[in-house]
Amino acid sequence: MSQATPPLKATPTLSRARHSLAPWARIAALTVCALLTLGPVIWTVATSLRTPAQSFDLPPQIIPTHPTTSAYRGVFQQIDVWLLALNSTLVTALVAVGQMITAGLAGYAFARMEFRFKKPLFGLVLATMMVPLQVTIVPVFLVLKSMGLTDTLLGLIIPAFPTAFGTFLMRQYFLGMPKDLGEAAMLDGAGPWRIFRSVYAPLATPGLAIVGVLAFNYHWNEFFRPLILETSSQNYTLPLGLVSLQGNLGTGSISVVLAGVVLSMLPALAVFVVGQRPLREGITSAGVNR
Amino acid sequence: MTNTQVPNSQAPAVRPRPGTPPAVAVRRSVRDRGTRLLAALFLAPTVVGIVVFTVVPIIVSVVLSLFHWNVIDPPRFAGGANYRTTFTDSTVLVSFRNTLLFMVLAVALQLLIALSLALALNGRMPVWLRSLFRSAFFFPLVLSAASISVVMKYLFNQDFGVVNWLIGLVGVAPVPWLTSEHAAMATVVLVYVWQQFGFSFLLFVGGLNNIPKEIHEAAALDGATGLRKHLGITLPLLSPTLLVASVVGIINALQVFEQPYVLTDGGPGDATRTVVMVIYERAFEQLDFGEASAVGVLLFALIMAVTAVQFRLSRRFVHYQ
Repeated sequence: MSQATPPLKATPTLSRARHSLAPWARIAALTVCALLTLGPVIWTVATSLRTPAQSFDLPPQIIPTHPTTSAYRGVFQQIDVWLLALNSTLVTALVAVGQMITAGLAGYAFARMEFRFKKPLFGLVLATMMVPLQVTIVPVFLVLKSMGLTDTLLGLIIPAFPTAFGTFLMRQYFLGMPKDLGEAAMLDGAGPWRIFRSVYAPLATPGLAIVGVLAFNYHWNEFFRPLILETSSQNYTLPLGLVSLQGNLGTGSISVVLAGVVLSMLPALAVFVVGQRPLREGITSAGVNR
Repeated sequence: MTNTQVPNSQAPAVRPRPGTPPAVAVRRSVRDRGTRLLAALFLAPTVVGIVVFTVVPIIVSVVLSLFHWNVIDPPRFAGGANYRTTFTDSTVLVSFRNTLLFMVLAVALQLLIALSLALALNGRMPVWLRSLFRSAFFFPLVLSAASISVVMKYLFNQDFGVVNWLIGLVGVAPVPWLTSEHAAMATVVLVYVWQQFGFSFLLFVGGLNNIPKEIHEAAALDGATGLRKHLGITLPLLSPTLLVASVVGIINALQVFEQPYVLTDGGPGDATRTVVMVIYERAFEQLDFGEASAVGVLLFALIMAVTAVQFRLSRRFVHYQ
């Protein structure tokens, strides 16, 4: 659209415009914002390494003078960290793998197969992205109750398998792949299942990774559904256990609570480091499934 | 899928040539049936799951909202009674007011911060620094809202919290962040925005990357600088991203739960009680499934309405390249 020919004297304006941006001021402002963003996390880690008695000290020491892991031992004494972590891991891993399978299959069907009611079915899947979890939670609770799945980990896992956003993402992913590959395989005598299994599914691994990492991040941190579904503490996931640690405020030790928070952050941190790119791509492609 | 041919129809490209043995057609129809069966198998987990865990529950929610039911006694038909209660129950009304206020404050602040940071990051700087900043701003998103709210509860404590100590350094008196009515809502907004702005930030970073460099260069040649360049060129080009960010931001904000539940438990009084908190309390603490469903249906209607208004407004403001 910008076809206007520049006036001759424009070149000095251009260079002045570039230089007037004050890059150092901008970078300084960004640094302050980054510190504000990471500040609470840094404080959490630092305080978790202090003794309970020092945990309220102001000014807060960012580098503890006498680092101690006593708070971490405290967490293990007060809640069954291993059990909570095991529960969280089971739920998160199964949901992530399950979503990769269901979204991969459904996405492929919507992208590459012909069948009746394809459009309305896809519309239905897309429309459910708009439905807030909280609106359906009472009937979902009743459905799970009738299946005997309330207060079980399975009750958290099974309803999380279908993913509207993941299906949408995988459909886009398969649509982006060349059709010729499948046609060539068909000429070689491959049936529809072979074409999916040996040609397209392997190519879809990066897309499936996005679905898996998004699912991991969401369900590792999930609080609302576990709060409603899990009533006995042996079925708690980590976020539920942590919130129950809060009683410590009365006993005067916040370092124990914060040590628990740090422990629960570790896998999220690992996913952040390893899966940053898929996570970012998933969110950038207008992640509505939050 | 039938092979009957209407005499004067336009010949379809795939019509079997005269003389082709019928076996081909038979084999193709078998293959078609195989493909359809496979498609059904591929779709079954997703479609059955969505029907059982979303579509049916929506219908059941609407039906339940018309009944009095406490799980123990059999349901009694209530007509519009649950809705009438909802509109006269001051807690419910306040929760809707709180949620709308929260939505406006949180979304405005979140978009403003995310946009400013994305624009600042879009300027010249070393690549490693840019990716460092990007990671920092996106990091809170990977944390759990519940456990980070536990942390924030201590940071915002009136007596020993770091926030009051920090503002004390510049001579500001301690603020009762979580215990006074007005400050509590502001604190919940701040904590929520702190964790969520990275989402819109990533959308904006992606949107800015999609704007061709030539457009900015041409504008600079025409003498546009600084703020004018942003307002006149970047924002209109970014408007589709802005629409997505605000739609997602609003839908998410209307469902806020963890932050007020952990930080203030809805208090002081009802100052930070949100709609989802009310749904939770009505259903799972008071076992009033009928009223909980009515509130849920109203929240759903509110979300649909706000989103529809947004799309309608966007027709005037969103420019596609």
